[in-house]
Amino acid sequence: MDMSLYPHAVAMSADEFMTWSSAMINDLLSAGTKKTVDKLTGPIWSWAMKNSMHPLHWGLACCALEMAATSAPRYDAERFGMIYRSSPRQTDILLVNGWISKKVRPDIRRLYEQIPNPKWVVAMGECAISGGPWYDSYNTVQGLDQIVPVDIYIPGCPARPEAMIDGFMLLQKKIDDYFKRGVFMED
Amino acid sequence: MDIDTTYQAPSVDEIKTLLTEKFAGKVNVTKIETRRVYATLPKEFVHEVCEYIHEKLTFEHISTVIGVDMVDYMQVVYQISNYYTGVMVELTADLDNHDLHVQSISDIWVGGNWHERETYELFGIIFDGHPKLERLLTPDTYEFYPFRKSYKLRGQE
Amino acid sequence: MMAKDVLDIKAESAQMDTDKMWIIMGPQHPFSHGLWTLKIQVDGEIVKDAEPIVGYLHRGWEKEAEARPYPKIIPMADRLCYAASMTYTHLFCMTVEKALDIDIPEKAKYIRIVADEICRIQSHLMWLAAVGTDLGNLTLFLWGMREREFFMDLNVRLCGARMTTNYTRIGGVRNDTTELFDRDVMRCVERFEKVLWDLIALVDDSSIFVSRMKGVGNLTREQTVNLGITGPAMRGAGVDFDIRRDDPYDNYDKIDFDVPVMTQGDSYSRYQVRIEEMFQSCKIIRQAVKKINALGKNAPYRLKVPSNVPAGRSTARLEDPRGESLMYLISDGTDKPYRLKVRSPIFTNVSAAKPLVQGSRIADVPVIMAMIDMCLGETDR
Repeated sequence: MDMSLYPHAVAMSADEFMTWSSAMINDLLSAGTKKTVDKLTGPIWSWAMKNSMHPLHWGLACCALEMAATSAPRYDAERFGMIYRSSPRQTDILLVNGWISKKVRPDIRRLYEQIPNPKWVVAMGECAISGGPWYDSYNTVQGLDQIVPVDIYIPGCPARPEAMIDGFMLLQKKIDDYFKRGVFMED
Repeated sequence: MDIDTTYQAPSVDEIKTLLTEKFAGKVNVTKIETRRVYATLPKEFVHEVCEYIHEKLTFEHISTVIGVDMVDYMQVVYQISNYYTGVMVELTADLDNHDLHVQSISDIWVGGNWHERETYELFGIIFDGHPKLERLLTPDTYEFYPFRKSYKLRGQE
Repeated sequence: MMAKDVLDIKAESAQMDTDKMWIIMGPQHPFSHGLWTLKIQVDGEIVKDAEPIVGYLHRGWEKEAEARPYPKIIPMADRLCYAASMTYTHLFCMTVEKALDIDIPEKAKYIRIVADEICRIQSHLMWLAAVGTDLGNLTLFLWGMREREFFMDLNVRLCGARMTTNYTRIGGVRNDTTELFDRDVMRCVERFEKVLWDLIALVDDSSIFVSRMKGVGNLTREQTVNLGITGPAMRGAGVDFDIRRDDPYDNYDKIDFDVPVMTQGDSYSRYQVRIEEMFQSCKIIRQAVKKINALGKNAPYRLKVPSNVPAGRSTARLEDPRGESLMYLISDGTDKPYRLKVRSPIFTNVSAAKPLVQGSRIADVPVIMAMIDMCLGETDR
């Protein structure tokens, strides 16, 4: 930065100078380099991530059997790149497929925090969306979005394997969108 | 031990006569059906009668221990089954609301351990002599007994 | 200094005070088929102590049942054990029918038998697929799930839903068997009896998987019976008891079948009992379908029942794919139950985790617990 172009900058206090100069630097970057890098790499990240969604290997209740049936030979989930990983550190997606009792709330929160960014949360089945048939229970949480932010809701009780695949194709579109709007130096 | 095919377990009528003879005045056999015997007894004799049923009548399996909240009093129902004949004996004991103690039968049948623990957690009935009477299904922070009639669910008033 | 003999060193090391460690095979774990925790205390590789923790799926089912009229409890009963949902609705309907003191039509009884046995085969195939992932036999998982899809197609043919079927009603079943249902069932069963040999060969022909299961998780007959373990796990230890044969319900006494019993008491015998049960289920389905055809098309399949159940107490029990399940109903003359208690077989089977696992190695723990075939929805209720 050539400070002779900005003579009024020497009259600023330290805080003012910090805010003014970071705005200048960001402008410069986004005008040029950042936009180019985003345009080049956005499609690559989105192609990679949406074709290799790795959910967490975790089954809670009835919808978990339909999740298992989705990775069975008839409704093959692996053609979308969905490989279930056992450790949350190696996954992208937290797939919650059953009702959430009060005892398991801290574990869901801990698992959500252990998944590294960028991550998505899918609520599968009526119980995870809004409490389901157990609407008047003293021990269930009425919906997953009271604990973690949810991206995709898959309805059904239990959600058929075709519905789960449809939900994941919608998630693919969301991942596409997320990367194409630009994530270089985003944090 | 091999499967003992020569042993003849007592039939339903024999069980009724044996129980009424041995525990006269304590056990009251109310009804008999095919392969079912229903009896009521005061809570002090639960352990003694269960030991007799386990040892002498070879009822090896406790199916379940159930707690019931009849608002003025509470009840504990034991259902015990026999692997030789398929007969099931049902014992019902009444408990006073101010004295919810009954002796545990988990030393006779280890399978009744978790059933009694669950009844304690949901109703508040205390089983004396139970090795580990703690909360099992609900989180540790809960302090109420959910299945009592005094606890109402959402929308139930 | 004398060189120490190997055996002396071994004896010395057995006396050393080593540290024991609690490992929490927690709620999220690839081996746990369902949401529960098994804490094991290990000394090196040997398990010294174990403690199962359940309750992650508790929703107060029995309390919620007190707030709903009887027909609304049927879909709730489906979701008790979601892998074997037809048997729990059957059990609930049997309990209420005993309280009402009615006798349902013959055709409904035979249709219920067919539906129960299809459910049993489908549940055992799910178990076999899960055993495949535990043992490391991934082909067994894929083949088992493929076979299971055919039985779920039969469910769809019968009532429209794959898993939680909501099919039995108080007084019978919801609808008659559809057209050509018997042809589909016979085709499926005949094909399955041949294909099951392929699935068994994946495990039995390989000495690795057999040796992983043999001699592991041993229990004697007295221990099994005292711990309250029921079902195929009990029949693998020498107890010759099956509720379908010894305390029959709903026309099972008119069907001829064998009950497999093995006397070894280890994981391999529990596995063998379940495989043989699948063959026996095929036999039962054949006979029941013939009897349905003999009754004809116009035979009644459902009775109309009053909505208020007279006051009284009734019990019914049933041979679930996992063991003995029982329901106890106290009715008070209204259209809602006063107390409805469910006894689930897995509740007591899981409580016996400590004697099952003690003394084995860490790598044997998934194999032993896989043979118990857990479905945690019915444990926690």
